[in-house]
Amino acid sequence: MENLIVCDVQQGVMTLTLNRPERLNSFNDAMHRQLAGFLTQAERDDSIRCLLITGAGRGFCAGQDLNDRNVDPAGDAPDLGYSVEAFYNPLVRRLARLPKPVIAAVNGVAAGAGATLALGCDMVIAARSASFVMAFSKLGLIPDCGGTWFLPRVAGRARAMGLALTGGKLSAEQAAEWGMIWQLVEDADLHDTSIAQARHFATQPTYGLGLIKQALLAAEHNTLDQQLDVERDYQRLAGRSADYREGVAAFLAKRTPQFRGK
Amino acid sequence: MSALISEQQGRVLTLTLNRPEARNALNNSLLTGLADALEAAAGDPGVGAVVITGQPRFFAAGADLREMASRGLADTLNDPRPLIWQRLDNFPKPLIAAVNGYALGAGCELVLLCDLVIAGDNASFGLPEITLGLMPGAGGTQRLIRTVGKALASRMVLSGEAISAARAQEAGLVAEVHPAALTLEYAQRLAAKIAGHAPLALQAAKQSLRQSQESGLALGLKQERTLFTLLAATDDRREGIAAFLEKRSPNFTGR
Repeated sequence: MENLIVCDVQQGVMTLTLNRPERLNSFNDAMHRQLAGFLTQAERDDSIRCLLITGAGRGFCAGQDLNDRNVDPAGDAPDLGYSVEAFYNPLVRRLARLPKPVIAAVNGVAAGAGATLALGCDMVIAARSASFVMAFSKLGLIPDCGGTWFLPRVAGRARAMGLALTGGKLSAEQAAEWGMIWQLVEDADLHDTSIAQARHFATQPTYGLGLIKQALLAAEHNTLDQQLDVERDYQRLAGRSADYREGVAAFLAKRTPQFRGK
Repeated sequence: MSALISEQQGRVLTLTLNRPEARNALNNSLLTGLADALEAAAGDPGVGAVVITGQPRFFAAGADLREMASRGLADTLNDPRPLIWQRLDNFPKPLIAAVNGYALGAGCELVLLCDLVIAGDNASFGLPEITLGLMPGAGGTQRLIRTVGKALASRMVLSGEAISAARAQEAGLVAEVHPAALTLEYAQRLAAKIAGHAPLALQAAKQSLRQSQESGLALGLKQERTLFTLLAATDDRREGIAAFLEKRSPNFTGR
């Protein structure tokens, strides 16, 4: 089997490299299936405490591979809902539910579902030469892979509308200036910076980080009252974690805590 | 390890379905054990409320299909199960389901039989019997439609598709949704609160709620008034009102 995704697990970090560089790492069904397999591993393996997603070659991900879309102008309309339902939606849901941080290291162009996938990750680190292209509208489509949900939340409604309607290209620099991503780094530094961040996360209280992530996502649709209940419940759970005890003990003993992620 | 674990804390009895190897499939023996435990709890004045729960990833994933497959028409006609379900339904005290993970088929029917459902955010509820060429046989079609209405009940029964905890709460099947790791704890807390109320009042209130499913409004109101009047003859009612007026906690005796 061709390695459409390269998986590397080291020091608590699972790095998934989208690996169809000749096609700017655009998605086809086989690539989705391989990615889903590695996600299952990331979900089940407690020793994996951070997920890092990046692209091979000069691009991050060009979204759906249009070569797979043989649209016959005379034939029946394709059912794009199928690939959204079968592949993109489960992917977005699983990344959102994964109780550990997910970092996107955007090494180059991220277009279509590649752009919305990246912007939906918990933390986005982009190379200066990278860009986000909401290419959907130019083909008559809508931003999928979570795009219509994430865009207004990371960019604000006015910018989300502008980006989605024009289908324009957003430089990583502009994305950083607009606060849509966590960090902009020089191209040569992307690899080291993102690996260092991921490895740092892998030494942190993973259970608590997972709760933070779930709480922030829950806040997107909760009222203040509901969210205060979520905070009470998650804090109750966090307070029972081994890492919380370790954190307090280390603080009182003035030593570095040794978190196990539980 | 027993298929049904029974633990009591204060006035709350917790019954844990424990057949993880069969995803808590409700076979005759487990259902009978549950009925026995509830009947014992019904006669025990030390028990004020009962919580039924399962495992972290499944409450109960259905009936025991092997058991069912071996029964033809004649055996099914004389199946002891309806009588066991009847025994469960006769339990007169508050019965609370604490549901994490799958509550499917008979598991969902057991949930529907309870007075009150507390669910984990990972819970799902469904009646997939139709996908096996059968249909719900222990109240699934009857209690679900009275709980969530025709649209959702028909969708679930005819398609066999399960619904999430959030959807179940919207629809009125579930009273509260909590992080899964807190479901049982919160259910027990609520049960303890309930179990602190006057036992006869709880029993009368439960009976009245149940009767609302059986009769029309006029008759239901009449029955409610009869039960309400009955409570006027209890010591606990005097104690409850007196404690309220004297701003102290009541000391109920169950009389």
